[in-house]
Amino acid sequence: MEHIRAEMVANVWKVVVHEGDQVKVGDTLVILESMKMEIPVVSEVAGKVDKIAVHEGDVVQEGDLIADVDD
Amino acid sequence: MFETVLVANRGEIAVRVIRTLQRLGIKAVAVHSAADEHALHVRLADEAVLLGPAPAAESYLNVPAVLEAAKVSGAQAVHPGYGFLSENAAFARDVVGAGLAWIGPPPEAIEVMGDKVRARQAVLPWGVPVGAGTADPVTDLAGAQAAADVLGFPLMVKAAAGGGGIGMSVVTSAEELTRAFETAQTRATRFFGSPEILLERYVQPARHVEVQVLGLPGPRVVALGERDCSVQRRHQKVLEESPAPLLDPALRERMFRSAENAALAVGYLGAGTVEFLVDPVAGEYLFLEMNTRLQVEHPVTELVTGLDLVEQQLLIAAGEPVGFDPDAPPLPVGHAVEFRVYAEDPVRFLPGPGTITTWTEPAGEGIRVDSGYAAGDTVTPYYDPLLAKLCAHGPDRPTALARLRAAAAAFEVAGPRCNLPLLPELLDNPEFAAGHYDTQLISRMR
Repeated sequence: MEHIRAEMVANVWKVVVHEGDQVKVGDTLVILESMKMEIPVVSEVAGKVDKIAVHEGDVVQEGDLIADVDD
Repeated sequence: MFETVLVANRGEIAVRVIRTLQRLGIKAVAVHSAADEHALHVRLADEAVLLGPAPAAESYLNVPAVLEAAKVSGAQAVHPGYGFLSENAAFARDVVGAGLAWIGPPPEAIEVMGDKVRARQAVLPWGVPVGAGTADPVTDLAGAQAAADVLGFPLMVKAAAGGGGIGMSVVTSAEELTRAFETAQTRATRFFGSPEILLERYVQPARHVEVQVLGLPGPRVVALGERDCSVQRRHQKVLEESPAPLLDPALRERMFRSAENAALAVGYLGAGTVEFLVDPVAGEYLFLEMNTRLQVEHPVTELVTGLDLVEQQLLIAAGEPVGFDPDAPPLPVGHAVEFRVYAEDPVRFLPGPGTITTWTEPAGEGIRVDSGYAAGDTVTPYYDPLLAKLCAHGPDRPTALARLRAAAAAFEVAGPRCNLPLLPELLDNPEFAAGHYDTQLISRMR
């Protein structure tokens, strides 16, 4: 299981994938927004999205879990 | 001159405008969001008014709240800074409609120059060179593909109403165009409220050189020198310098005349900036856009001309003569450079807000620091990542760069992420050191 975490304080702008979706390396899971910039959170592994831990509009802190991808 | 002026902005530019107001004996009114209650610009101002919650849409972009703040504080004029409402023609009209002075150009000029397609159409009859591009805005993919067939690749895809590099991308094929067009349109609609897209032939290698102008009554426009802003990441500027290195003097003069003509084409008044792409190989230049406000990097021009541009803006808005002879504007003295200190890492340029635990600004001969923060302040995720502008002036480019390097080494920032380590790397880059660089410099370094 790959735990994907937020790299910075940000606002969750868009959740791109759903739990159960198959993703490839580099696929965008969630788009964060911080300091007027959109920051895509990408999967570092190929596999099935096991969990999306955030909702659109949430504020995440550095290190917060964004998603789990089951490789 | 005005007795009270409201500064409708935050961060370093609000601080910078407030300092000039106070030097001139004018009462400075700050506005702020709930997140900026203890911000530096609020602490410095003579009076501060809360606009609303942290998100910009509810505070710094909240037109009724800003107008109400002007009313309750008794302000006679509004200075918009850059970004936020500075290029919002409807806001400018509201300010004038409320019986206040707008420290900026006429709303009609903002409107025309704010639309990249209309801007091209406006300056063309004035002999300003414009690059190959769509004569009318494109609103669907079929239109974009048809335009690409005529223009050829590579192309730059831009939001017609856009700015700040948002939604902008370079495409080299029809497949890339499909993706880029959709992204640009989504962002154009989201950030600028208009789905109109502009396609332009992409010129590379190119330098980004802009001319500072001041529009005076008459109408009359004075060019106050140029700035090279080619050091960019994500189409956003990182370092600017004046004079532009290795720029042919005859080409510079032609660009000055074109900049003045572009401003005259829209009846410009006050401080503005005309941006050009310069092809250093062919010795040609093309009009990109005009920014109808004070530019972030204006200190570079202030350092070489000795003028306070905010003071000139105030004089023009108050209907008073500017502080120099328009027939003999000051010639640049020496060389100046500005590095934008951003709350982002120096490698991937990802933002990182946080509370500032250490903040020690450098000082020294030729050094100027325009900052929006101090130790103990929190950099929040709500606004842009600019922390400060570190500027250096010297008799020549090598001296200015050496002073900048020493100042950056002495600038202590801890807490948020900070891009200061990028500066020595840039200064050591052979292309940059030689003054022979273009907008792709940082891409090549990474």
